[in-house]
Amino acid sequence: MKFTKIALTAAVLVASSCAALAGDISGAGATFPYPVYAKWADAYKKETGIGLNYQSIGSGGGIKQIKAKTVTFGASDAPLPGKELDDAGLAQFPMVMGGIVPVVNLEGFKPGELTIDGPTLAKMFLGDIKKWDDPAIAKLNPSAKLPAQAIALVHRSDGSGTTYNFTYYLSDVSPDWKSKVGTNTAVQWPAGIGAKGNEGVANNVAQTKGSLGYVEYAYAKQNKLTYTKMINKAGKAVLPTSEAFQAAAANADWKSQPGYGVILANQPGDQSWPMTAATWILLYKKPADAVATGEALKFFAWSHAKGAKMAEDLDYVPMPANVVADIQKMWASDIKDANGKPLFALTH
Amino acid sequence: MSEVAMSDTVLRPSEATSRAAITRRLKVSDNVFRILTRSAALFVLAILSGVILSLMIGSMPAIQAFGFSFVITEVWNPVTEKFGALAPIYGTLVTSIIAMAIAVPVGLMIAFFLTELCPMWLRRPIGIAIELLAGIPSIIYGIWGLFVFAPFLQQHIQPFLIAAFGNIPILSSVFEGPPYGIGMLTAGLILAIMVLPFITSISRDVFDAVPPVLKEAAYGVGCTTWEVFKHVILPYTRVGVIGGVMLGLGRALGETMAVTFVIGNAHKVSASILAPGTTISATIANEFTEAVGDLYTSSLIELGLILFVITFIVLACARYMLMRIEKRIG
Repeated sequence: MKFTKIALTAAVLVASSCAALAGDISGAGATFPYPVYAKWADAYKKETGIGLNYQSIGSGGGIKQIKAKTVTFGASDAPLPGKELDDAGLAQFPMVMGGIVPVVNLEGFKPGELTIDGPTLAKMFLGDIKKWDDPAIAKLNPSAKLPAQAIALVHRSDGSGTTYNFTYYLSDVSPDWKSKVGTNTAVQWPAGIGAKGNEGVANNVAQTKGSLGYVEYAYAKQNKLTYTKMINKAGKAVLPTSEAFQAAAANADWKSQPGYGVILANQPGDQSWPMTAATWILLYKKPADAVATGEALKFFAWSHAKGAKMAEDLDYVPMPANVVADIQKMWASDIKDANGKPLFALTH
Repeated sequence: MSEVAMSDTVLRPSEATSRAAITRRLKVSDNVFRILTRSAALFVLAILSGVILSLMIGSMPAIQAFGFSFVITEVWNPVTEKFGALAPIYGTLVTSIIAMAIAVPVGLMIAFFLTELCPMWLRRPIGIAIELLAGIPSIIYGIWGLFVFAPFLQQHIQPFLIAAFGNIPILSSVFEGPPYGIGMLTAGLILAIMVLPFITSISRDVFDAVPPVLKEAAYGVGCTTWEVFKHVILPYTRVGVIGGVMLGLGRALGETMAVTFVIGNAHKVSASILAPGTTISATIANEFTEAVGDLYTSSLIELGLILFVITFIVLACARYMLMRIEKRIG
């Protein structure tokens, strides 16, 4: 009697949870865009009743999940190369952008008061520049009073898209970095301590005198850390601002790579912040579950149309309008159901 | 059962058949119970062998690529896909040794104090405090370690250690380098706090089980408290104490979250215990989610296999040690 009751309750529970999931969009992947995806999902659910179940398990996990077809879309901070996309039959497009900023803990320095350029940053992270009063740093900051303090380096200990973009930039500006360390979601760091997550790096930098680390811009802002100015490709010193991130995106040649896989590091333009990073969505071009993919595309289109303000509130950068138009054109022409009918129709 | 037993005394011929039926039924239920317990026990074996098997299959690509050199190489480079486990193995062992070196004597002293010397009114508060320590989730230890304990070490303890041992050979390299606050020593200290309750509560329970007459006899022939502890209580309870120590060591070897926060996560083998390092479980927890590429994932799984083997060796050693002691004493 008791057992039947339990079995019945369990059956009802399972049935109801299945019913709740049926209409939802499922996705998995990168942790970096999770806050903005969650905010969009919340607003979208209020408007349409369709929820988004996004598991922020990391880019590597997202790629594995979409390839195993357990989710409708995958999300990754590092773009997949064209060949891998074609082999798996995946479409890829950037969804939102953010900036990565160097953060320091130096007494007497306020945010934006210290200026660094790429090669110097690479030398610091290589351990070649060991002290804050090194001539290379002094040359970039002629009026600043730099302490004769050792540089304590803090990097990410977990594999991360932030690290991927940061090391991509360092490889781009420093041949030494490229040959000794290279670019990946995790690398063999020549020096320093590792901390888990953006929040871990932010906390370690906040606590350690003379430290230097790198975090997503939002974390630097929320933790009131001292971020630096950077010398960009045009040779101009820029502050990390939403406009500077957007300038980098606008100047990027998105068509140059398959699946819009352009890394936004070191983009041309006077205003461009050199360490801007996009995060990508992966979808099947011929999905097994066409309805679910259609729903996901509707959600992304809604985010393009109405999500820009929400992204900016969270210190993310929405994709520029011309890029969005291009992405939606790609959806309409490339993503189809089993009968070859497009799953997304352009409205204009 | 009891009904059956009672009816035995007044058994009539008409009831003989029903008695047989009842016995049969009881036999069936006994059999069912035996099968249930046996399958529960076998289930453990099945899970264990399943875990070993999947770890082995998962680590096959790494084993084929690196062979034995995996365990003696320090390099951990995801870019060039060259992996070696020396740094995590070293970090795991060093932090566990630090933890046990502190937690075992302190834990035994607390247990002895609680059972023998502590005034009655103080026993419960201290005992409960120890048990509460065991109930704190490891993430709390990690956060506390990072925000409170590490800055304290960095500002007060580590500069003192560096200065105090700076001129002594060997020790100067053990306590070398800038005081980061986080590092292998910090991880070892946090681990010591975490395993302390295991060692203390188990030792307290076994100390309590020592027959009072033994202790009284020892005191009666003029033993000091220390002598009673050393010659009566410890020999009598060694099996239980070693069991508690092993339980603590098992936790120290496998602890993940708290260690990840405070160890510094650097794939380096350093002589200095103030330097950042990493452990096997911390490496897996840190890197598994974003590990792209088969060899990278496989190397992380092989790390898990190595941790499994280390734990197995430690347990086997403990068993062997107990067997030797038992044989010697008889």
